[in-house]
Amino acid sequence: MKRTAAAIAALAAAATAAWAAEIPFEQRRPDSDFVSADSRAMQNDDIANPAMLAVLDGEALWNTKAGETNQSCADCHGDATKSMKGVATRYPAMVAEQDRPVDLEQRINMSRLADQKAAALPFESKDLLALTAYVARQSRGMPVAVKDDAQAKPFIAAGRALFAERQGQLNLSCAQCHDDNWGRTLAGNLIPQAMPTGYPIYRLEWQAVGSLQRRLRNCMSGMRAEPYALGAPELVDLEYYLMWRARGMAMEAPAVRP
Amino acid sequence: MARALIHVPPSAKRGDIVEIKTLISHVMETGYRIGVTGKPIPRDIIDDFVCTYNGEEVFRAKLYPAIAANPFISFFTVATESGTLAFSWTDQHGATQVQTATIKVE
Amino acid sequence: MAGSGVILRLAIRPAAATPETMREAVRSAIGEATVKKGRVKLDLPPIVENGNSVPCTVSVESPMTAADHVKAIHIFNEKNPQPNVISIKLNPRAGRAAFSTRIRLADSQTVTAIAEMSDGSCWSDDIDVIVTLAACLEESIR
Repeated sequence: MKRTAAAIAALAAAATAAWAAEIPFEQRRPDSDFVSADSRAMQNDDIANPAMLAVLDGEALWNTKAGETNQSCADCHGDATKSMKGVATRYPAMVAEQDRPVDLEQRINMSRLADQKAAALPFESKDLLALTAYVARQSRGMPVAVKDDAQAKPFIAAGRALFAERQGQLNLSCAQCHDDNWGRTLAGNLIPQAMPTGYPIYRLEWQAVGSLQRRLRNCMSGMRAEPYALGAPELVDLEYYLMWRARGMAMEAPAVRP
Repeated sequence: MARALIHVPPSAKRGDIVEIKTLISHVMETGYRIGVTGKPIPRDIIDDFVCTYNGEEVFRAKLYPAIAANPFISFFTVATESGTLAFSWTDQHGATQVQTATIKVE
Repeated sequence: MAGSGVILRLAIRPAAATPETMREAVRSAIGEATVKKGRVKLDLPPIVENGNSVPCTVSVESPMTAADHVKAIHIFNEKNPQPNVISIKLNPRAGRAAFSTRIRLADSQTVTAIAEMSDGSCWSDDIDVIVTLAACLEESIR
């Protein structure tokens, strides 16, 4: 019995941790560990965090009737502080309607299209960011809990392949900075491990709130690689891998980042 | 109306020095950034911020383009009496937004 | 808006503040009063995380009474396109002569805070800060 259990454990470990040079589980730290004390303080003060302005906008949108059905999110989902608790911890996720995972922004748009019969909100639009920030805020402090069942595993693996792939004129992979050199300095900032527990974030560089997909595109520009388009399956796969990599860590959305 | 967040302690003892925090949504466009057309994006900033306490001015700030987007300003005031604090932000075009908060002083 | 980090620096090079324009701005604010170092504490991170938003606190030693208080606090810089950052007006109702805000710094430079007292005297503090570009930027403004 012991030998079988050990064999199964080894197989399971090999299947999920099949990738070399990953950050050891117990050495994982949130990205807020790598920002200045001022930014951490800003993030945790609801009056100082500019992303809270987006959260308030999101709350207003949540209660605004929309679409042909003339229904607000609240009409079906009620009080978001209750109904949306934990939701952001589970995205990206597989959905019944597709054979691919969707992220939180896409899931919100699915509801707008199907349930409100309203137009989808453009990626990075003020309204979509506000709604995403409002929903994500309801999961603050809760552990990331994206599913990694048989259906999801191929997409997580695809995300990992992208993370480990060298690309662009600088021929860099995400892993080289975020697995191998986290904690070191790059320009005026510390390289974080890239645990996306804080999205959507207020990025000081943007002076605005933005999504994880926007940030990933910035990384790719930084590597002098052609960024994938917003909404591209590659970005969702990367998001899924990154959130799975951060499983169990506490959600911080909406965070403040440089 | 730009979205604003204000923190005034709901109550205080007479004579206490209380901290007030304010945050307002505004791009604070400096006028120096070049847009996609190759021309500078016109300046658009909040340039005046005033706080009155039951009508009396207790804090005033003149803002320049060097103030970061989504201006955050925190300051102190003595809790003298119960009443209303009024915060007004005026932009360079003269448009003003006012928001109030009440304080109970015992 | 995107790209502000890179584009802002390229745009400001032709028209940056100089020590002379900063002196003029100071003169405009406080007249010909002599400025002494002291009583003012300017708080800025010595290495700035991002020049678009730098937390900044100024506090001035003062009893803030009718007889002895801080009337105004000004912050100046020497390398942004403009030398002024913010000017505060205070009276004894403040209780404490201190405020915080977030400022933009275009380049590594010295930032100066000057406080005007009710007796006409002026006091200052200054800090040297290092400002770098971020590593991962957007390609163009959206």
